[in-house]
Amino acid sequence: MIRSEILREIAPILRDQLVICNIGIPSQELHAIDDQPSNFYMLGTMGLASSIGLGLALAQPKTVIAIDGDGSVLTNLGTLPTIANNVADNYILLIIDNGSYGSTGDQPTYAGKKTSLAAVAQACGCERVIECQAEDTGAVLQAAIDARQMTVIVCKCDSGNAKMPVITMDPVVIKDRFMKAVQA
Amino acid sequence: MNIDKKIVDDLVANDVSFITTVPCKQLAGVIEEVDRREGILHVPSNKEDEGMGLCAGAWMGGKRPAIIMQNTAIGVTINTLATLIQYYRMPLPMLISYRGELREPVACQVEMAVHTKALLAQLNIPTYHFHHQSDAAELDEILKYTFMCNKPVAILTDANFWGGYGDQ
Ligand SMILES: Cc1ncc(C[n+]2csc(CCOP(=O)(O)OP(=O)(O)O)c2C)c(N)n1
Ligand SMILES: [Mg+2]
Repeated sequence: MIRSEILREIAPILRDQLVICNIGIPSQELHAIDDQPSNFYMLGTMGLASSIGLGLALAQPKTVIAIDGDGSVLTNLGTLPTIANNVADNYILLIIDNGSYGSTGDQPTYAGKKTSLAAVAQACGCERVIECQAEDTGAVLQAAIDARQMTVIVCKCDSGNAKMPVITMDPVVIKDRFMKAVQA
Repeated sequence: MNIDKKIVDDLVANDVSFITTVPCKQLAGVIEEVDRREGILHVPSNKEDEGMGLCAGAWMGGKRPAIIMQNTAIGVTINTLATLIQYYRMPLPMLISYRGELREPVACQVEMAVHTKALLAQLNIPTYHFHHQSDAAELDEILKYTFMCNKPVAILTDANFWGGYGDQ
Protein backbone atom coordinates (compact mmCIF):
# COMPACT_ATOMS: atom_id res chain seq x y z
CA MET A 1 0.00 0.00 0.00
CA ILE A 2 1.19 3.53 -0.72
CA ARG A 3 0.40 6.74 1.21
CA SER A 4 -2.57 7.77 -0.94
CA GLU A 5 -4.26 4.40 -0.41
CA ILE A 6 -3.81 4.72 3.35
CA LEU A 7 -5.21 8.27 3.31
CA ARG A 8 -8.21 7.11 1.32
CA GLU A 9 -8.85 4.37 3.84
CA ILE A 10 -8.54 6.56 6.94
CA ALA A 11 -10.32 9.60 5.47
CA PRO A 12 -13.64 8.71 7.21
CA ILE A 13 -11.78 8.67 10.54
CA LEU A 14 -9.85 11.87 9.85
CA ARG A 15 -12.82 13.96 8.79
CA ASP A 16 -14.15 14.33 12.36
CA GLN A 17 -10.76 15.30 13.82
CA LEU A 18 -8.34 18.20 13.63
CA VAL A 19 -5.60 17.21 11.19
CA ILE A 20 -2.22 18.82 10.56
CA CYS A 21 -0.85 17.43 7.31
CA ASN A 22 2.75 17.15 6.13
CA ILE A 23 4.16 19.30 3.30
CA GLY A 24 4.02 18.34 -0.35
CA ILE A 25 2.25 15.38 -1.90
CA PRO A 26 0.77 14.14 1.43
CA SER A 27 -1.22 17.39 1.73
CA GLN A 28 -2.11 17.32 -1.97
CA GLU A 29 -3.41 13.79 -1.63
CA LEU A 30 -5.45 14.48 1.50
CA HIS A 31 -6.83 17.66 -0.06
CA ALA A 32 -7.90 15.80 -3.20
CA ILE A 33 -9.30 12.77 -1.35
CA ASP A 34 -11.34 14.60 1.31
CA ASP A 35 -10.82 18.33 1.76
CA GLN A 36 -12.14 19.52 5.14
CA PRO A 37 -11.95 22.86 6.99
CA SER A 38 -10.54 20.82 9.88
CA ASN A 39 -7.47 19.97 7.77
CA PHE A 40 -4.46 22.26 8.07
CA TYR A 41 -2.29 21.79 4.99
CA MET A 42 1.37 22.65 5.23
CA LEU A 43 2.41 24.33 2.01
CA GLY A 44 6.01 24.77 3.13
CA THR A 45 8.26 24.36 6.17
CA MET A 46 9.28 20.72 5.99
CA GLY A 47 9.45 19.06 9.39
CA LEU A 48 7.08 21.07 11.56
CA ALA A 49 3.77 19.19 11.21
CA SER A 50 4.41 17.29 14.44
CA SER A 51 5.35 20.50 16.30
CA ILE A 52 2.31 22.43 15.08
CA GLY A 53 0.14 19.47 16.05
CA LEU A 54 1.63 19.30 19.55
CA GLY A 55 1.21 23.05 20.12
CA LEU A 56 -2.40 22.78 18.99
CA ALA A 57 -3.10 19.77 21.22
CA LEU A 58 -1.58 21.47 24.26
CA ALA A 59 -3.61 24.64 23.66
CA GLN A 60 -7.12 23.14 23.38
CA PRO A 61 -8.97 19.90 24.23
CA LYS A 62 -10.01 18.44 20.85
CA THR A 63 -8.19 15.45 19.38
CA VAL A 64 -5.36 16.41 17.03
CA ILE A 65 -3.84 14.07 14.45
CA ALA A 66 -0.54 15.18 12.94
CA ILE A 67 0.14 13.26 9.73
CA ASP A 68 3.87 13.40 9.19
CA GLY A 69 6.42 11.66 6.99
CA ASP A 70 9.58 9.77 7.90
CA GLY A 71 11.77 12.31 6.11
CA SER A 72 10.13 15.22 7.87
CA VAL A 73 10.44 13.61 11.30
CA LEU A 74 14.11 12.89 10.59
CA THR A 75 14.68 16.56 9.72
CA ASN A 76 13.07 17.66 13.01
CA LEU A 77 14.10 14.78 15.28
CA GLY A 78 14.12 17.18 18.23
CA THR A 79 10.34 17.03 18.11
CA LEU A 80 10.20 13.56 19.66
CA PRO A 81 11.73 14.48 23.06
CA THR A 82 9.46 17.54 23.17
CA ILE A 83 6.42 15.36 22.48
CA ALA A 84 7.50 12.78 25.07
CA ASN A 85 8.06 15.35 27.80
CA ASN A 86 4.91 17.43 27.19
CA VAL A 87 2.20 14.81 27.25
CA ALA A 88 -1.06 15.78 25.54
CA ASP A 89 -3.51 12.89 25.62
CA ASN A 90 -5.48 14.43 22.76
CA TYR A 91 -2.45 14.15 20.47
CA ILE A 92 -1.71 11.47 17.90
CA LEU A 93 1.37 11.59 15.71
CA LEU A 94 0.84 9.40 12.66
CA ILE A 95 4.13 8.95 10.82
CA ILE A 96 3.60 7.57 7.33
CA ASP A 97 6.92 5.81 6.96
CA ASN A 98 7.41 4.99 3.30
CA GLY A 99 11.19 4.94 3.76
CA SER A 100 11.60 7.78 1.32
CA TYR A 101 11.34 11.46 0.56
CA GLY A 102 8.21 10.87 -1.47
CA SER A 103 7.44 14.39 -2.61
CA THR A 104 10.83 14.91 -4.16
CA GLY A 105 11.04 11.67 -6.12
CA ASP A 106 11.21 8.81 -3.61
CA GLN A 107 14.85 9.21 -2.61
CA PRO A 108 15.54 6.76 0.27
CA THR A 109 15.62 8.02 3.87
CA TYR A 110 17.53 6.41 6.73
CA ALA A 111 14.16 5.31 8.17
CA GLY A 112 13.98 2.85 5.29
CA LYS A 113 17.45 1.58 6.14
CA LYS A 114 18.85 0.93 9.63
CA THR A 115 16.95 3.58 11.60
CA SER A 116 13.73 2.65 13.38
CA LEU A 117 11.59 5.72 14.10
CA ALA A 118 9.49 3.69 16.54
CA ALA A 119 12.62 2.80 18.51
CA VAL A 120 13.78 6.42 18.38
CA ALA A 121 10.40 7.62 19.68
CA GLN A 122 10.57 5.10 22.50
CA ALA A 123 14.11 6.09 23.38
CA CYS A 124 12.96 9.72 23.48
CA GLY A 125 10.45 8.79 26.16
CA CYS A 126 7.23 8.46 24.17
CA GLU A 127 5.16 5.97 26.15
CA ARG A 128 2.64 4.73 23.60
CA VAL A 129 4.40 3.93 20.35
CA ILE A 130 2.83 1.56 17.85
CA GLU A 131 4.45 0.38 14.64
CA CYS A 132 1.97 -1.08 12.20
CA GLN A 133 1.64 -2.24 8.64
CA ALA A 134 -0.21 -0.01 6.20
CA GLU A 135 -3.27 -2.29 6.10
CA ASP A 136 -3.83 -1.90 9.85
CA THR A 137 -3.56 1.90 10.02
CA GLY A 138 -7.31 2.56 10.27
CA ALA A 139 -7.83 0.17 13.18
CA VAL A 140 -4.71 1.41 15.03
CA LEU A 141 -5.68 5.04 14.51
CA GLN A 142 -9.25 4.53 15.72
CA ALA A 143 -7.97 2.67 18.79
CA ALA A 144 -5.60 5.56 19.57
CA ILE A 145 -8.45 8.09 19.30
CA ASP A 146 -10.63 5.96 21.58
CA ALA A 147 -7.82 5.42 24.09
CA ARG A 148 -7.42 9.18 24.62
CA GLN A 149 -3.75 8.66 25.32
CA MET A 150 -0.94 10.33 23.47
CA THR A 151 0.15 7.93 20.76
CA VAL A 152 2.88 7.82 18.15
CA ILE A 153 1.99 5.54 15.24
CA VAL A 154 4.67 4.54 12.76
CA CYS A 155 2.90 3.16 9.71
CA LYS A 156 5.23 1.18 7.44
CA CYS A 157 4.18 1.38 3.82
CA ASP A 158 5.44 1.37 0.26
CA SER A 159 6.97 4.30 -1.49
CA GLY A 160 4.93 5.97 -4.21
CA ASN A 161 2.75 8.97 -4.95
CA ALA A 162 -0.66 9.54 -6.50
CA LYS A 163 -0.92 12.28 -9.12
CA MET A 164 -2.93 15.05 -7.48
CA PRO A 165 -3.20 18.77 -8.20
CA VAL A 166 -1.19 21.35 -6.27
CA ILE A 167 -3.17 23.12 -3.53
CA THR A 168 -3.96 26.62 -4.74
CA MET A 169 -5.99 27.70 -1.70
CA ASP A 170 -4.53 30.79 -0.05
CA PRO A 171 -2.66 29.99 3.18
CA VAL A 172 -4.64 32.59 5.12
CA VAL A 173 -7.87 30.91 3.99
CA ILE A 174 -6.53 27.52 5.10
CA LYS A 175 -5.65 28.97 8.50
CA ASP A 176 -8.87 30.92 8.90
CA ARG A 177 -11.24 28.07 8.18
CA PHE A 178 -9.08 25.74 10.29
CA MET A 179 -9.23 28.09 13.29
CA LYS A 180 -13.02 28.29 12.90
CA ALA A 181 -13.14 24.47 12.89
CA VAL A 182 -11.03 24.43 16.07
CA GLN A 183 -13.47 26.82 17.76
CA ALA A 184 -16.66 25.14 16.45
CA MET B 1 11.63 46.90 39.50
CA ASN B 2 13.11 43.56 38.50
CA ILE B 3 13.38 43.51 34.69
CA ASP B 4 12.60 39.79 34.30
CA LYS B 5 9.42 40.26 36.30
CA LYS B 6 8.44 43.35 34.30
CA ILE B 7 8.86 41.51 30.98
CA VAL B 8 6.78 38.54 32.09
CA ASP B 9 4.15 40.84 33.65
CA ASP B 10 3.74 42.51 30.26
CA LEU B 11 3.44 39.13 28.50
CA VAL B 12 0.77 38.02 30.97
CA ALA B 13 -1.08 41.35 30.74
CA ASN B 14 -1.26 40.79 26.96
CA ASP B 15 -2.74 37.30 27.41
CA VAL B 16 0.38 35.46 26.31
CA SER B 17 -0.15 31.99 27.77
CA PHE B 18 2.11 29.72 25.68
CA ILE B 19 5.86 30.28 25.67
CA THR B 20 8.64 28.25 24.13
CA THR B 21 12.30 28.86 24.86
CA VAL B 22 15.81 27.89 23.90
CA PRO B 23 18.10 29.33 26.58
CA CYS B 24 20.75 32.01 26.43
CA LYS B 25 22.77 33.00 29.47
CA GLN B 26 21.17 36.43 29.35
CA LEU B 27 17.66 34.99 29.25
CA ALA B 28 18.08 32.71 32.28
CA GLY B 29 16.25 35.07 34.63
CA VAL B 30 13.31 35.69 32.35
CA ILE B 31 12.92 31.95 31.64
CA GLU B 32 12.91 31.27 35.41
CA GLU B 33 10.23 33.91 35.79
CA VAL B 34 8.15 32.29 33.01
CA ASP B 35 8.36 28.98 34.89
CA ARG B 36 7.04 30.64 38.03
CA ARG B 37 3.79 31.78 36.41
CA GLU B 38 0.74 29.55 36.72
CA GLY B 39 -1.01 31.08 33.72
CA ILE B 40 1.79 30.32 31.25
CA LEU B 41 2.37 26.96 29.62
CA HIS B 42 6.14 26.77 29.11
CA VAL B 43 7.21 24.19 26.50
CA PRO B 44 10.98 24.28 26.00
CA SER B 45 12.00 23.38 22.44
CA ASN B 46 15.18 21.78 21.13
CA LYS B 47 15.55 24.11 18.17
CA GLU B 48 13.93 27.44 17.48
CA ASP B 49 12.20 26.44 14.24
CA GLU B 50 10.58 23.60 16.16
CA GLY B 51 9.56 26.20 18.75
CA MET B 52 7.92 28.33 16.09
CA GLY B 53 5.94 25.29 14.94
CA LEU B 54 4.71 24.82 18.53
CA CYS B 55 3.75 28.51 18.65
CA ALA B 56 1.85 28.28 15.35
CA GLY B 57 -0.16 25.34 16.72
CA ALA B 58 -0.84 27.07 20.03
CA TRP B 59 -2.04 30.18 18.19
CA MET B 60 -4.47 28.18 16.07
CA GLY B 61 -5.62 26.47 19.28
CA GLY B 62 -6.56 29.80 20.80
CA LYS B 63 -3.53 30.68 22.91
CA ARG B 64 -1.33 33.71 22.36
CA PRO B 65 2.25 32.46 21.96
CA ALA B 66 5.74 33.91 22.33
CA ILE B 67 9.24 32.60 21.72
CA ILE B 68 12.29 33.47 23.78
CA MET B 69 15.59 32.78 22.01
CA GLN B 70 19.07 34.04 21.12
CA ASN B 71 19.75 36.13 17.99
CA THR B 72 21.83 33.29 16.53
CA ALA B 73 18.47 31.55 16.07
CA ILE B 74 17.56 33.98 13.30
CA GLY B 75 19.92 31.89 11.21
CA VAL B 76 17.96 28.77 12.15
CA THR B 77 14.46 30.08 11.59
CA ILE B 78 14.39 32.09 8.34
CA ASN B 79 12.55 29.42 6.36
CA THR B 80 10.01 28.94 9.15
CA LEU B 81 9.45 32.68 9.55
CA ALA B 82 8.86 33.12 5.81
CA THR B 83 6.89 29.96 4.94
CA LEU B 84 4.93 29.38 8.16
CA ILE B 85 4.60 32.44 10.40
CA GLN B 86 4.47 35.08 7.67
CA TYR B 87 2.87 33.02 4.90
CA TYR B 88 -0.09 32.04 7.09
CA ARG B 89 -0.10 35.46 8.83
CA MET B 90 0.38 34.53 12.45
CA PRO B 91 1.46 36.82 15.28
CA LEU B 92 4.67 35.89 17.09
CA PRO B 93 6.50 38.09 19.59
CA MET B 94 10.16 37.05 19.64
CA LEU B 95 12.07 38.12 22.74
CA ILE B 96 15.67 37.82 21.57
CA SER B 97 18.94 38.15 23.44
CA TYR B 98 21.17 40.17 21.13
CA ARG B 99 24.56 38.60 21.63
CA GLY B 100 27.71 39.94 19.99
CA GLU B 101 27.03 43.61 20.79
CA LEU B 102 28.99 45.99 23.07
CA ARG B 103 30.42 44.26 26.20
CA GLU B 104 30.33 40.84 24.46
CA PRO B 105 33.17 38.60 25.71
CA VAL B 106 32.77 35.78 23.12
CA ALA B 107 34.12 36.75 19.69
CA CYS B 108 32.12 34.19 17.75
CA GLN B 109 28.86 35.81 18.87
CA VAL B 110 29.75 38.89 16.81
CA GLU B 111 29.59 36.84 13.62
CA MET B 112 25.78 36.50 13.80
CA ALA B 113 25.30 39.88 15.48
CA VAL B 114 26.51 41.65 12.34
CA HIS B 115 23.84 39.86 10.30
CA THR B 116 20.97 40.04 12.76
CA LYS B 117 19.36 43.37 11.87
CA ALA B 118 20.03 42.94 8.15
CA LEU B 119 18.28 39.56 8.11
CA LEU B 120 15.32 40.89 10.08
CA ALA B 121 15.09 43.89 7.74
CA GLN B 122 15.29 41.62 4.68
CA LEU B 123 12.34 39.66 6.10
CA ASN B 124 10.37 42.89 6.77
CA ILE B 125 10.10 41.93 10.42
CA PRO B 126 9.33 44.90 12.70
CA THR B 127 12.35 45.13 14.99
CA TYR B 128 12.84 46.91 18.33
CA HIS B 129 16.19 47.17 20.08
CA PHE B 130 16.32 47.51 23.87
CA HIS B 131 19.65 49.03 24.96
CA HIS B 132 18.64 50.57 28.29
CA GLN B 133 16.26 49.05 30.82
CA SER B 134 13.96 52.04 30.37
CA ASP B 135 13.43 50.91 26.74
CA ALA B 136 11.34 48.05 28.09
CA ALA B 137 8.62 50.58 28.87
CA GLU B 138 7.54 50.02 25.24
CA LEU B 139 7.17 46.25 25.56
CA ASP B 140 3.46 46.46 26.35
CA GLU B 141 2.87 48.54 23.19
CA ILE B 142 5.03 46.20 21.10
CA LEU B 143 2.99 43.19 22.21
CA LYS B 144 -0.28 44.96 21.41
CA TYR B 145 1.14 45.90 18.00
CA THR B 146 2.19 42.28 17.31
CA PHE B 147 -1.27 40.87 17.99
CA MET B 148 -2.88 43.75 16.09
CA CYS B 149 -0.96 43.12 12.85
CA ASN B 150 -0.50 39.30 13.02
CA LYS B 151 3.20 39.40 12.23
CA PRO B 152 6.38 38.09 13.79
CA VAL B 153 8.01 40.96 15.69
CA ALA B 154 11.58 40.98 17.01
CA ILE B 155 12.60 42.51 20.34
CA LEU B 156 16.38 42.56 20.50
CA THR B 157 17.77 42.89 24.02
CA ASP B 158 21.51 43.57 24.17
CA ALA B 159 24.12 43.09 26.88
CA ASN B 160 23.82 46.66 28.08
CA PHE B 161 20.10 46.10 28.61
CA TRP B 162 20.81 43.02 30.74
CA GLY B 163 23.57 44.80 32.68
CA GLY B 164 26.61 43.15 31.08
CA TYR B 165 27.82 39.60 31.58
CA GLY B 166 28.52 39.50 35.31
CA ASP B 167 31.70 37.59 36.01
CA GLN B 168 32.60 36.88 32.35
C1 LIG C 1 14.12 22.69 4.13
C2 LIG C 1 13.59 21.88 3.03
N1 LIG C 1 14.38 20.95 2.42
C3 LIG C 1 13.87 20.19 1.44
C4 LIG C 1 12.59 20.34 1.02
C5 LIG C 1 12.04 19.52 -0.12
N2 LIG C 1 11.07 18.53 0.35
C6 LIG C 1 9.74 18.77 0.33
S1 LIG C 1 8.82 17.46 0.83
C7 LIG C 1 10.21 16.55 1.05
C8 LIG C 1 10.11 15.10 1.43
C9 LIG C 1 9.43 14.82 2.71
O1 LIG C 1 9.49 13.44 2.95
P1 LIG C 1 8.54 12.75 3.98
O2 LIG C 1 8.31 13.66 5.14
O3 LIG C 1 9.03 11.39 4.25
O4 LIG C 1 7.13 12.72 3.23
P2 LIG C 1 6.63 11.76 2.03
O5 LIG C 1 6.47 12.66 0.85
O6 LIG C 1 7.62 10.69 1.83
O7 LIG C 1 5.33 11.24 2.50
C10 LIG C 1 11.38 17.27 0.76
C11 LIG C 1 12.73 16.73 0.86
C12 LIG C 1 11.82 21.33 1.67
N3 LIG C 1 10.54 21.56 1.35
N4 LIG C 1 12.33 22.07 2.66
MG1 LIG D 1 8.51 9.58 3.43
